[in-house]
Amino acid sequence: MSIEINNLRYVYNPGMPGETVALNDVSLTIGDGEMVGIIGHTGSGKSTLLQHMNGLLKPASGDVFVDGQCITDGKANLVDIRRKVGLVFQYPEYQLFEETVAKDVAFGPRNLGIEGEELDKTIQEAIEIVGLNYNEIQNSSPFELSGGMKRRVAIAGVIAMRPSVLILDEPTAGLDPTAHREILSMIRRINDNREIIIIFVSHNMDDIANMCSRVVVMDKGKVSLEGTPQEVFAQGRLLESMGLDVPPVVHIMNKISDEVSGFYSSALTIDEAAKDIREYIKRKK
Amino acid sequence: MIRDITLGQYFPGKSPIHRLDARTKIIATFMFIVEMFIVNNFWGFVIAGIGLFTVIGISRVPLKFIFRGLTAVFLIIAFTFIINLFMFDGRILWHWWIFKITYEGLIRACFMVIRLVLLILGSSILTLCTKPIALTDGLEKLLRPFSRFGVPSHEIALMMTIALRFIPTLMEETDKIIKAQQARGADFESGNILRRAKSLIPILVPLFISSFRIAQELALAMEARCYHGGDGRTRMNEIHFNKEDVVAAVWMVAFLGIIIGSRFIR
Repeated sequence: MSIEINNLRYVYNPGMPGETVALNDVSLTIGDGEMVGIIGHTGSGKSTLLQHMNGLLKPASGDVFVDGQCITDGKANLVDIRRKVGLVFQYPEYQLFEETVAKDVAFGPRNLGIEGEELDKTIQEAIEIVGLNYNEIQNSSPFELSGGMKRRVAIAGVIAMRPSVLILDEPTAGLDPTAHREILSMIRRINDNREIIIIFVSHNMDDIANMCSRVVVMDKGKVSLEGTPQEVFAQGRLLESMGLDVPPVVHIMNKISDEVSGFYSSALTIDEAAKDIREYIKRKK
Repeated sequence: MIRDITLGQYFPGKSPIHRLDARTKIIATFMFIVEMFIVNNFWGFVIAGIGLFTVIGISRVPLKFIFRGLTAVFLIIAFTFIINLFMFDGRILWHWWIFKITYEGLIRACFMVIRLVLLILGSSILTLCTKPIALTDGLEKLLRPFSRFGVPSHEIALMMTIALRFIPTLMEETDKIIKAQQARGADFESGNILRRAKSLIPILVPLFISSFRIAQELALAMEARCYHGGDGRTRMNEIHFNKEDVVAAVWMVAFLGIIIGSRFIR
């Protein structure tokens, strides 16, 4: 399973007073089982890029290949592509509409023609993988749940379609720290259990550094940087010029190496930082 | 898809038409609408058309943009044409089973369609060349004299402002919900009418919930800033009539005279 994007270009309101180029010559390849983070300033084209990956938007020029199949030539079976590529929008809890949680989660698989016992099994699996108790929650109204639970139900609604690629647009926006942690561990669990490609957009550099094997930086409709978190977050100046930042840990490590001679650390997470500091102290003794 | 509707949209510009006081434009539009019902022959429409396209020319709004507004109401126009076409007795031109087209019916149908098109184009110029805020300010001022008779002019204007302000917000919201449900495999295009109507539920329920949420947030935000209705409220930008408005008024009266005169052309 892979996603390949070649020279993608997209324009909003072409030929109208509000014409804006949202994507300009974007190329990207994402391979099996990867967890890719996309960062970028508001309006840099992240969400537009995501919507091309399951055929919700049609590019002005360029191609998108999902699993080797071109989805932009007009012949593609869109239902099939949307089954393969699950897209969770920002604030997905606002799309809930059914009377019960189970019915809402069933909406996606039912559209794909899954019925009967298999449907029940799919719903149960999806609700459990997002970390909720199926028996407790299946018959309650989605509108009575807490914010974090609502969001997990909405994500379960996409997971129930058993996608091979799961795209999440700012899955943790507006959640309290506990719900935030739960969503992140849920994403990691999905990536481990099912070897699903995960692509997620976040403004939280800490999350990106902790979770992703690869980071893509978008700026003004282009991919301006790409690489491992270490490579990307080593470019602090450049990121700042694009309205972005490095994770807090990197700031602290930079401060320490400015003050303490002989100390250097490329740590991105708290654990790595602790290890580097411990080693430095050991070396000093 | 939803963004294509131009009816009621503002087209930014700096033309003399854009600069006119909103009250002048509201009155002019109102007069134009009345004039379209004064007209009783095709010559009147020719004159009205010349007047209308002169104004469009001055406003520098691209014709393409103005006519796009018509496509949204194409069904209504077509319906008017067909109803009028078949509903008149007179000299029969064509007939089949119980349907017949008469000469009088054809004339009548063309007449009504031209009237409808001119009405729509005329009123769309008002919204294309006037910022929504200016429009409601103008309306409030025009209605102010009637508040003595219990017309809540400020409240009406406020309701319109809010409605106009939230059209783009709700459209964006609808767009987002449609896409989110499409991503879950929803299909809005196939099946019979009943199936299609049912497929709207996943859009309408979240949209309803969103609009209530937005309304509540707005009400709270207004309360938090001590909004207490129209009494004693001053405004940052007072609107004034200018020399241009006087010129426009002269033209408006002259145009009314010509239109009334056109009734007597044989």
